[in-house]
Amino acid sequence: MEPLLKLQDYTIRFATPDGDVHAVTGLDLDLAPGEKLAIVGESGSGKSQCWMGVMGLLARNARVSGRAMFGDRNLLGLTQRQLDAVRGAEICMVFQDPMTALNPVLRISRQLTETLEVHRGAGRREAEKQAIAMLERVGIPDAPRRFRQYPHEMSGGMRQRVVIAMALLTKPRLLIADEPTTALDVTIQAQILDLFQDLVTETGTSLVMISHDLGAVAGIADRVAVMYAGRIVEDSPVDDLYERPAHPYARALLQSIPRVDRATADIRPIDGRPPSLADLPRGCSFAPRCGYRTDACDAAVPPLADIEPGRIAACFHPVHRHTAADSKGSRT
Amino acid sequence: MLAYVLRRLATMIPVMFIAITVCFFILRLAPGGPFDGERPLPPTILQNLAAHYHLDKPLIEQYLIYLGNVLTGDLGPSFIQEDFSVAEQIAIGLPYTFVIGGLAFFTAIIVGVAAGVLGALYQNKWPDYLTAAIILIGLILPNFLIAPILQLIFGVELGWLPVGGWGGGSWKYLVLPIAVLAWVHAARISRLMRGSMIEVLNANFIRTAKAKGLGERLIISRHAIKPALMPVVSYLGPAASYLLTGSLVVEQIFGLPGIGRFFINAALARDYGMVLGTVIFYMVLIIFLNLLVDIAYAFLDPKVRTR
Amino acid sequence: MILYSARRAALMDDAARAAPKGRSLAADARRRLMQNKAAVFSLFLLGLVIILALAGPWFISHDYETPDWGALRSMPSFGNGHYFGTDQNGRDMLARTLYGTRVSLLVALIATLVSVCIGVLYGAVAGYVGGRVDQAMMRLVDIMYALPYILFVILLMVIFGRNVFLLFAAIGAIEWLTMARIVRGQTIALKEREFVEAARASGQTTFGIILRHIIPNLTGPVVIYAALTVPEIIVTESFLSYLGFGVQEPLTSLGTLISEGADVMEVMPWLLGFPALFLVSLLLSLMFIGDGLRDAFDPKDR
Repeated sequence: MEPLLKLQDYTIRFATPDGDVHAVTGLDLDLAPGEKLAIVGESGSGKSQCWMGVMGLLARNARVSGRAMFGDRNLLGLTQRQLDAVRGAEICMVFQDPMTALNPVLRISRQLTETLEVHRGAGRREAEKQAIAMLERVGIPDAPRRFRQYPHEMSGGMRQRVVIAMALLTKPRLLIADEPTTALDVTIQAQILDLFQDLVTETGTSLVMISHDLGAVAGIADRVAVMYAGRIVEDSPVDDLYERPAHPYARALLQSIPRVDRATADIRPIDGRPPSLADLPRGCSFAPRCGYRTDACDAAVPPLADIEPGRIAACFHPVHRHTAADSKGSRT
Repeated sequence: MLAYVLRRLATMIPVMFIAITVCFFILRLAPGGPFDGERPLPPTILQNLAAHYHLDKPLIEQYLIYLGNVLTGDLGPSFIQEDFSVAEQIAIGLPYTFVIGGLAFFTAIIVGVAAGVLGALYQNKWPDYLTAAIILIGLILPNFLIAPILQLIFGVELGWLPVGGWGGGSWKYLVLPIAVLAWVHAARISRLMRGSMIEVLNANFIRTAKAKGLGERLIISRHAIKPALMPVVSYLGPAASYLLTGSLVVEQIFGLPGIGRFFINAALARDYGMVLGTVIFYMVLIIFLNLLVDIAYAFLDPKVRTR
Repeated sequence: MILYSARRAALMDDAARAAPKGRSLAADARRRLMQNKAAVFSLFLLGLVIILALAGPWFISHDYETPDWGALRSMPSFGNGHYFGTDQNGRDMLARTLYGTRVSLLVALIATLVSVCIGVLYGAVAGYVGGRVDQAMMRLVDIMYALPYILFVILLMVIFGRNVFLLFAAIGAIEWLTMARIVRGQTIALKEREFVEAARASGQTTFGIILRHIIPNLTGPVVIYAALTVPEIIVTESFLSYLGFGVQEPLTSLGTLISEGADVMEVMPWLLGFPALFLVSLLLSLMFIGDGLRDAFDPKDR
C-alpha cells in the first residue's frame, strides 16, 4: 500500500550562536494509512521536533532538509498558504500541555468551529452542530453548556478532551499527538489514552503518538519507533519490541520502566546521559552508554538494517536473540 | 459582569471621598486661611464665600456642608469671577477639553497598537526600527517641547496648519494639539503592545492556531491581538490621567479655551476656589475613567468577568 | 512623571527581579553595562553635561542675570562672547542654560533622594510587617496611582506659595509609589532568608531588622529604579516650571528657559534651541543609562 506519510533523509538543525544543534539526523520513516505508530525516546531525542517540523511549527532558527511526502506533496516545500490547507484539515496535532494550548480569551465554541469554517467552508450553525457532537463524542458531559465556556472554566483533562475534539473535527487523515497525557493526572491519563484508541480505531485515522513512556503507548500502537539523539534506532511491531527488543537502547528503556510482572529490583535505570546534540559522536550515539560496545560502534554510525521481517534496527550487535534475563543487560 | 462593575464602583467611592477630603483640608490649612490673602477680595465675592462655606459654623460642619455640595455638583464660587461659579466655568471649558482629550486618547490607542503590532511582526526589520525611532522621539521629548517644534515646522515654516486657536473646531486646528497630546501615549502603548504581542506570538495557543492551519491573518486578528491588548488596556487608566495633565500644557500652548487653560490661569491668579473645584472635578473624572477602563479590561479577560 | 511612568510600571517587575545578590554579580553587571554602547555613550554625554553645568560658569565671563546692554537679542556669536546668544534683556544664554541645568540637576538630586527615602521605608515596612498593615498600605498606593497628583503639586504651589524647596519635596513626595512597590516585593523575598531569621531569633527589633538587614540588601533594585526616576523628576520639574509653577525669576531652570524660548521661537530660535538641547541630552542619556543598568542586572538574558 502507498504510505500516507514518507519521511526521507529528514534532517532538522537549529542554528545557534554556539554552532548547529542536530535535532533530527537523516531520518527515514514510512507511515501507512490507518497505522498507529508510537515514537518513543528520552527528552532531547528529537521526537517532538521531528513532528513539529512536519507541521511547519519549528522555531525560526530551524533548518529543515530532506523530504516529507504526504501523498504526492512534499510538506517541506509547500508555501505558507499550501501548508495551511493541509494542517488542521488533513494533519492535526494534539499538544502536550492542555493548560496553555487553548486561547484563554476565546470561547471553546469559537476555537472549535473556526477549523470547520476555514477548512470545510461550513456555516456557523452547521459548524456548531458538528462541534457539539464531537465534544459529546470525546466524553465531555453537558457539552452544549461547556461549548459556551472559556478554557479557564475547565479542568486539565477536560481541556485535553477539547483539544482532541478540535483535532478530530475536520476528520484528518493523520493525527499527531505530542505527549498528550504527560501534563495530566495519572487517573486522567488512562482515560485519555483509551479515548485516543477508541477514536482512532473508529475514524481510521493514522496516529503518531509521541511519548517518553514505552508503557503508556503499548496498548495503542501497532508499531514503535525508538529515537535516540535525533535518529531512529529501532522500528518494530509493538509486540516484538516488548518481547525481544533488538537495539540495546530499546532494551535498556524497557528495563527502566516498572512492570507488574517483574520485581522492582529488576528496574534498571540507564547510566550516563544522552550525547550533546551540538556535538554528536562520530559513531553510534548510544555507544558511550552501551554494554555491547565494540570498536566498530565508535568508528561509524550503524545503518538501519532489517533484522527480521518487518523490523529494523541501527545496531552492529542487535540483542533480540538474547533472552530477557541476559546478564549483560545495558550495564557494564 | 454587573456584579463586577458594582464591586469596582464600590471601591471607587472611598477613593473619591478621600480625595475630596484631602483637597478641602489642604485649602483650609493654607497659611492665614484661604480668604484673607494678600489681596483684598471684592465684597460680592466675600459674600459668596461666606454664604457658600458657612464660615460662621464649626470646621466639621463646614466640611460636611462642602461634601454635600460637591456631591450635588456644586463646586463652589470662584474667588475672582463674580458672574460664574466654578461648575459653570467647567461646563464652558469641558467640550473643548473633551474633544481634544478624547480624540487624542483614541489616536494614541490606534496608532500605538498598530505600531506595536507592526513592530512585533517585523521584529528587527525596518518597520520595527522606524516605529522605534518615532517612539523614542515621543518618549524623550516632553510635550511642551514637541509642541513648539511642530508649530515651527508645520505652522511657521510650511504654513500647512494654524499654530493655535480653536477655529470653530475645524480639523486643521485640531491636528497639532492632538498630535502633541497623543504622541507620548502612542509611544508607550506601542512599546507595551510590541512586547506583549511578541510574548503572545510565542505562546502555545498560537502554535495550536498555526497547527489548525488558520492562516496568518486570522491568527493575528483573532487569536493574538486580543490577549496582547491586556497590558495596553491596564495602561489606559493612568493614560487618561496623564492625558489630563498633558492637556494643561497643550491648551495653554495652542490657546484652546478648555478646562486646562482655566485651571492654569486660575492657579496663576491664585483663584483658590476655581483651583480646588477643578482639581476635584478632575479627580472625579479620572476615577470614573478608571472605572471604564476596568470594565473594558473585564471584557478582554474572561477570567475577570466570570470570577 | 509625565514621560516615563508607564514604562516604569511595565519595567517594575523586571527591576524587581533584577536584585543583585553579591559583589561578583555587581562586577558582572558593570561588564555588561560597559558592553552596552548606548549606555556607555550616555554615560559620557551625562558626564559632559554635568561637568559643563558645574564647572562651565567659572570659565565664562558673563553671569546668568546681569544684562549686557550692548548685546540685546544677540544671535549666537563668537564676536561678542555670547556663544549661545542673549535674550531680550541681554542676558547671556550660555550662562543661563548652564545655570538652568544646574537647577534641574539639583531638583533631580533632592527629589530623587526624597522619593527613595519615602519609597524604601514605606515599601520595606509594608513588606516586612505584612498582613493587614501591608494590605492597607498597598491599597493606599493603588489609590494614589490613579490620581493625577501633579494637580496636587499645583494646588500646593498655589496655596503655600512658590517655594523652590517645597517644590523639590513635593515632586519627591509624589514619585515614591513605584519605588515602594518594588521594595515591598524585594522585602517579602528577603524576610524569609536565613540572616533575617537569625536576626529575629537574636531578638532585634522589627525596625532594627528593617534598617540593618533589609534595606542594605535592597541596594541593587533601588539604584536601578532611582536611575529610572531621575529623568521623570527632571521632566516634572520642567513641566511645572514651563507652566509657571516651578522655579521663578531671577532663578531659572531648563523648563523656565524653554517656556520663555517657546514664546519667541520664530524670531529668536536660539532661546528655545539651547535649553531644549540640554534638556533632551539629559533625558536621553538618563533614559539609556537606566535601561542599560536594568539590562545589566537583569538575570533574564544570562
